[in-house]
Amino acid sequence: MIHSLFLINASGDIFLEKHWKSVVSRSVCDYFFEAQERATEPENVPPVIPTPHHYLISVLRHRIYFVAVIQSEVPPLFVIEFLHRVVDTFQDYFGVCTEAAIKDNVVVVYELLEEMLDNGFPLATESNILKELIKPPTILRTMVNTITGSTNVGEQLPTGQLSVVPWRRTGVKYTNNEAYFDVVEEIDAIIDKSGSTITAEIQGVIDACVKLTGMPDLTLSFMNPRLLDDVSFHPCVRFKRWEAERILSFIPPDGNFRLLSYHVSSQNLVAIPVYIKHNITFREGSSQGRFDLTLGPKQTMGKAVESVLVSSQLPRGVLNANLNPSQGTYTFDPVTKMLSWDVGKINPQKLPSLKGTMSLQAGASKPDENPTINIQLKIQQMAISGLKVNRLDMYGEKYKPFKGIKYMTKAGKFQVRT
Amino acid sequence: MSANSAFNDEKGGSSSVGEPEYGHDPASGGIFSSDYKRHDDLKEMLDSNKDSLKLEAMKRIVAMIARGKNTSDLFPAVVKNVACKNIEVKKLVYVYLVRYAEEQQDLALLSISTFQRGLKDPNQLIRASALRVLSSIRVTIIVPIMMLAIKEAASDMSPYVRKTAAHAIPKLYSLDPEQKDQLIEVIEKLLADKTTLVAGSVVMAFEEVCPERIDLIHKNYRKLCNLLIDVEEWGQVVIINMLTRYARTQFLNPNMNESLLEEGSDKTFYGSDEDEDEEEEEEKDKKAEAPAMAKRKPYVMDPDHRLLLRNTKPLLQSRNAAVVMAVAQLYFHLAPKAEVGVIAKALVRLLRSHSEVQYVVLQNVATMSIKRRGMFEPYLKSFYIRSTDPTQIKVLKLEVLTNLANETNISTILREFQTYIKSMDKDFVAATIQAIGRCATNIGEVRDTCLNGLVQLLSNRDELVVAESVVVIKKLLQMQPEKHSDIIKHMAKLTDNIQVPMARASILWLIGEYCEHVPKIAPDVLRKMAKSFTNEEDIVKLQIINLAAKLYLTNSKQTKLLTQYVLNLAKYDQNYDIRDRARFIRQLIVPTEKSGALSKYAKKLFLALKPAPVLESPFKDRDHFQLGSLSHLLNAKAGGYQELPDWPEAAPDPSVRNVEVKDSVPEWTKCSSREKRKEKKVEKPFYSDSEGESGPTESADSESDSASGSESGSGIEESGSGSESEESEEGSESEEEEEEEKEKDKKKKKKELKKPVQESESEQSSEEEERKHERKSKQRKSESESESDEEEDSESESSQTESEDSESEAEVKKKKKAAESKPPSKPVKKDNKKEKKEMSLLDLDDFEPAPSPQATPVNSFLSNSLATDLEGLSLSDAVLSPATISPSSALKSYEMLHRITGEGLSVEYCFSRQPFSPDANMVAVQMQFTNNATSDTKNLHMEDVKLQSGMRVKEFPEIELLPAGEMVTAVMGIDFCDSTQAANFQLCTHTRKFFVSIQPPVGELMRPVFLTENEFKKEQGQLMGMNEITEKITLDVKCRNEHSIVQRVITAANLSRVPCGSDKECRFAGRTVTSSSLVLVTVATKEEGAAKLTINCEKMVIGTMLVKDILLALTQ
Repeated sequence: MIHSLFLINASGDIFLEKHWKSVVSRSVCDYFFEAQERATEPENVPPVIPTPHHYLISVLRHRIYFVAVIQSEVPPLFVIEFLHRVVDTFQDYFGVCTEAAIKDNVVVVYELLEEMLDNGFPLATESNILKELIKPPTILRTMVNTITGSTNVGEQLPTGQLSVVPWRRTGVKYTNNEAYFDVVEEIDAIIDKSGSTITAEIQGVIDACVKLTGMPDLTLSFMNPRLLDDVSFHPCVRFKRWEAERILSFIPPDGNFRLLSYHVSSQNLVAIPVYIKHNITFREGSSQGRFDLTLGPKQTMGKAVESVLVSSQLPRGVLNANLNPSQGTYTFDPVTKMLSWDVGKINPQKLPSLKGTMSLQAGASKPDENPTINIQLKIQQMAISGLKVNRLDMYGEKYKPFKGIKYMTKAGKFQVRT
Repeated sequence: MSANSAFNDEKGGSSSVGEPEYGHDPASGGIFSSDYKRHDDLKEMLDSNKDSLKLEAMKRIVAMIARGKNTSDLFPAVVKNVACKNIEVKKLVYVYLVRYAEEQQDLALLSISTFQRGLKDPNQLIRASALRVLSSIRVTIIVPIMMLAIKEAASDMSPYVRKTAAHAIPKLYSLDPEQKDQLIEVIEKLLADKTTLVAGSVVMAFEEVCPERIDLIHKNYRKLCNLLIDVEEWGQVVIINMLTRYARTQFLNPNMNESLLEEGSDKTFYGSDEDEDEEEEEEKDKKAEAPAMAKRKPYVMDPDHRLLLRNTKPLLQSRNAAVVMAVAQLYFHLAPKAEVGVIAKALVRLLRSHSEVQYVVLQNVATMSIKRRGMFEPYLKSFYIRSTDPTQIKVLKLEVLTNLANETNISTILREFQTYIKSMDKDFVAATIQAIGRCATNIGEVRDTCLNGLVQLLSNRDELVVAESVVVIKKLLQMQPEKHSDIIKHMAKLTDNIQVPMARASILWLIGEYCEHVPKIAPDVLRKMAKSFTNEEDIVKLQIINLAAKLYLTNSKQTKLLTQYVLNLAKYDQNYDIRDRARFIRQLIVPTEKSGALSKYAKKLFLALKPAPVLESPFKDRDHFQLGSLSHLLNAKAGGYQELPDWPEAAPDPSVRNVEVKDSVPEWTKCSSREKRKEKKVEKPFYSDSEGESGPTESADSESDSASGSESGSGIEESGSGSESEESEEGSESEEEEEEEKEKDKKKKKKELKKPVQESESEQSSEEEERKHERKSKQRKSESESESDEEEDSESESSQTESEDSESEAEVKKKKKAAESKPPSKPVKKDNKKEKKEMSLLDLDDFEPAPSPQATPVNSFLSNSLATDLEGLSLSDAVLSPATISPSSALKSYEMLHRITGEGLSVEYCFSRQPFSPDANMVAVQMQFTNNATSDTKNLHMEDVKLQSGMRVKEFPEIELLPAGEMVTAVMGIDFCDSTQAANFQLCTHTRKFFVSIQPPVGELMRPVFLTENEFKKEQGQLMGMNEITEKITLDVKCRNEHSIVQRVITAANLSRVPCGSDKECRFAGRTVTSSSLVLVTVATKEEGAAKLTINCEKMVIGTMLVKDILLALTQ
């Protein structure tokens, strides 16, 4: 299936290669570079590139291209999903997935890739199994290793691959038994010029951090499970139980994992937490444009809107912007024409605004495109859909765990057209 | 040595020259030599005793490999460390070895023995990793070693090792494709594995090695369906894709009725045009009759088809996009229309994922939305475009939106499109304009609105936008040019400003085409164009010539000179296309003496009405590729792509279904004694090491038999490493194998092989003993797990036992190359029919006394069935002359083709019990064809015979004409290989093909032999023990006298009576047709209808089935 993998950085250097079958010359990446040149933006490189003898399937994460070389028919999503899993694993191991981190840990990377694929077919992609096989490097361990000469490779042979619950290793022990669940919801919305909602939907995830001794069996129930329209589960969740009782029943993996992602049914009206008043105009003939933006809270159920960040791609004709924020700071990049305004917290008494002028290219005609405004925000302690966890129970172990649930709402792809 | 390493260094140097970031300038000796030195110190470190130094060296080497540097000169130094104690060093050495073994084949061989040792390690994980590395070393010399290792690992008790074996199969196959046949055997074995760990990997191996061997899946189909949810996610993708293909070959199209309707409408659309078509249509009509009949009986989905759909549905909730996509494509290709909708939600969910995932999903959604628009309509807004989407995603979303547009939602979609046109991304704007054009062509009501909108765009400042609009407007105008002469005028003005060649060409074409609508402007445009002709692009020049020609024809007064001028310019153009066009047009339009005929028609030629172009989605008809595949994405066949087969013929396809049914049914109706034995097997997993349990119940003889009986066993024993687990596995089957031993006459071999086996056993016994305990405890665990699974799903339980049965069956079959079982329930059911059929058969015999060409009384002691009947009637109870004992009732006849499915043609068959003269090993099957239809049937013959391996068929001679209402008989011969497997074939008439099958009851697989009482007893004495089956029975009330017993036994099986002194005993003898194995039947009657049935037969399977049949015959 997957023949080889090349890692290419933003400047077009191949800084790592790995082959699972016969060696494929790195010259195959020339086709990739060609496609890269043709694409105007880095994310416009087609994910699948056919070449005379191979097919290149690539993903772009953290400004690194992961290019897999394929020789014959294979579902492209299979490869793409796997590559993303590789990146996730790297991130899990090294904290960040940058060129420097990969280069520093090249041996661990190589060992990981060796375990994750056998002859191009995924073998062990579950992070729990991998961590048993290859311990993630920590500063302490690196120091100890250099002194004592011991290794990162697990001395014990992992048993996870053999068990019925491959996502959980056996013999887990903690002194503090705790289970935390974060319910995070994101609002995807498109708001039109006049402020009316064109489309809005809520996507949510439940991320868990479970540190429990032994083999606990957890059940999580919701007050209002009907809200969940479409769900996808971590493999540990028992599907039949969900179908029948709308209860999440599972033996959790050890550590961090995503338990559930869901979509809130579109019948429910989505509360839009902020509104924007905007006035962006360019006058014919003059080289000036007006820019006027005001933000305000709306339907936040009394919670504060925090970490607000407004960004907008201004038309190419804009040379510079001379603006005055009532709070926060703004930046304008004259090269990419990207305007971003870090607002911070919205104070309902004193609404934040950004006002001023834009200078346009002299003599150029008025740009006929309107910029769109992207908004990021956070609301703590609230799930905008109203989803509530009812209770969390544990079976199979005797001790009492500490349980915690946190709610948060974020803006996902939240866009305002002007 | 130094020369050698220098050479290698040179290689390293040259290979890295191409990469400036790592390359060393070969000219600068300093770097070069330091590099050389560094490798030297690496060698030193590798040779040292300290693990830490070795590790450091290996880490540096691996880092160099990762950067693509050549380190092959270190090979000897590295390979030495393959047996290093330190695990990390070992692993890194493996990494190195796998990378360079191909280049350094000879040196790589040094490491092989280490892995061979590892293969026998008591730790399963070490065994697995040894196999993994061994199979990754691409050195052709070790192919036999790999083969052996794979075979051994395939029957390892650890599922993890078996999984690794499955992974190794494609590796070996790519190294040496000639091993295919052997590998298929291993795959077949592993397919029967019941653990989820193995399932995904073995199906992957199946797909890479032998995707065409769909027959291997039959037996494992239900098991795979049931295991699917527990298989790891990557395996799920592979299995689902494979099952999609499988289902397409085995089940009927659930949308058959709808597609028929579509077809019908198609026909009316195209039909009636030409007379030639009518004949074809008639044929089509006939063909359509069968599905039409199927329509009358409502379509019932095969339960297996339903099973697949039901078991894959939960996987739509998987977190893995590839799994969701796989299920989605399965539903799209296999589910009834009404059910496909469920996948839309899941696919829309994937649109939240990474942009690469979006890209692939949108491609597939685009294809689906053409066929099943309604499915995605509720999610229309999910495809709205955000300014932050990458362009390729935007364009795909646009495609989907366009496909989803219909009368009701077009206004909202157009409003969206309006905002898109203002986007900064000009490529996207161009795509939007195209999309508007497509909406306008597809939906008539909005055509004017779209056109107006596009005309407004003509004043856009961006030239690309204008150009794109012109092109689209041109296409739209072609549909109704009369109305829009003002738009054409407007566009004519644009020629002054617009520079994009495609747009200029489009405008010129428009003006030329509709010059009547703009009679004043057109000549003027030509004038301007003639001026700038030399500076135009080629496509524009061609259009100028066209315009000139058209104007010359309609308005020659004004344009004659201009045309001449343009043509003269074109005559000397650099481009030959343009010169050719000019020459061609001049000949056509300017009348000269030579070009008489054509120029008359010039006007017709140039100003013919041109059909408007159809704006089609580029995704139309892409669904002939399996969705979600690479080939679908590229819209071109990728290497190794397996074509998605069409649904089988519209007519119901019973033969294929039979295979499905047979997999399970025979196992349910095994005779009790066999069932008991089966149960024993079921209890232990097949990799169990339970010799201790099964040992005592078996004779010592059988143990050695079993060891030599398995084909894989013989290979292993040669290497002296026969694993006990394998033996015990065979041990459980030894009963069956024993006969087969004799059959194959392997006795000699057996003796030879016995010795090494025992030796290896004693060598290993102590190690094994320890392992056994380990294994047992584990097995118990796994057993209990599987039990709990079964509790959860009662259905899976039943099918699991089924599959277990069929699995052990499969192993027996594999060795015998022929199958054995037969559902005895079937003949019972057919008994009801029999009575009816008897009459017709007699009728037939009256009608045509010598139906078969070979039915000459000379070479058979039975003339034909009618004669037999008469004989049977004349027989008195007392006189039982052995020579004439034969079926005393009429032959059972079976239905092959019912008159309704056969469209008037009905076929019945019976086993005539006469020797088939062309081939003594064949069973004669007499078929009776009846034409109940009103028209004649011609050219009856058979085709496309599908048989289990070893079986043969002698076809019946073609029947050229079967007039309506007539009957004809024919005889064919089938060598069933002493198995009750059906012979499947197609029965063809001049118009239709029918899938039919012939399945013999076990009693028909033998021919009578004459034995004396003494001979009988002697033979019986030799067939004791395992070969003897005894049943106590209570005879039916009506069958307590000798005559009726004889009659019933002989009806059930083709045997002859053996004379006997005692009247309490009836004896019968026969031989199986193919292998001539003796079959001896004894019925000893006692008081009160009690009786004892004894069957001695060296073919165990035949024996057990025969017991069942005779039992039924005597007790009912």
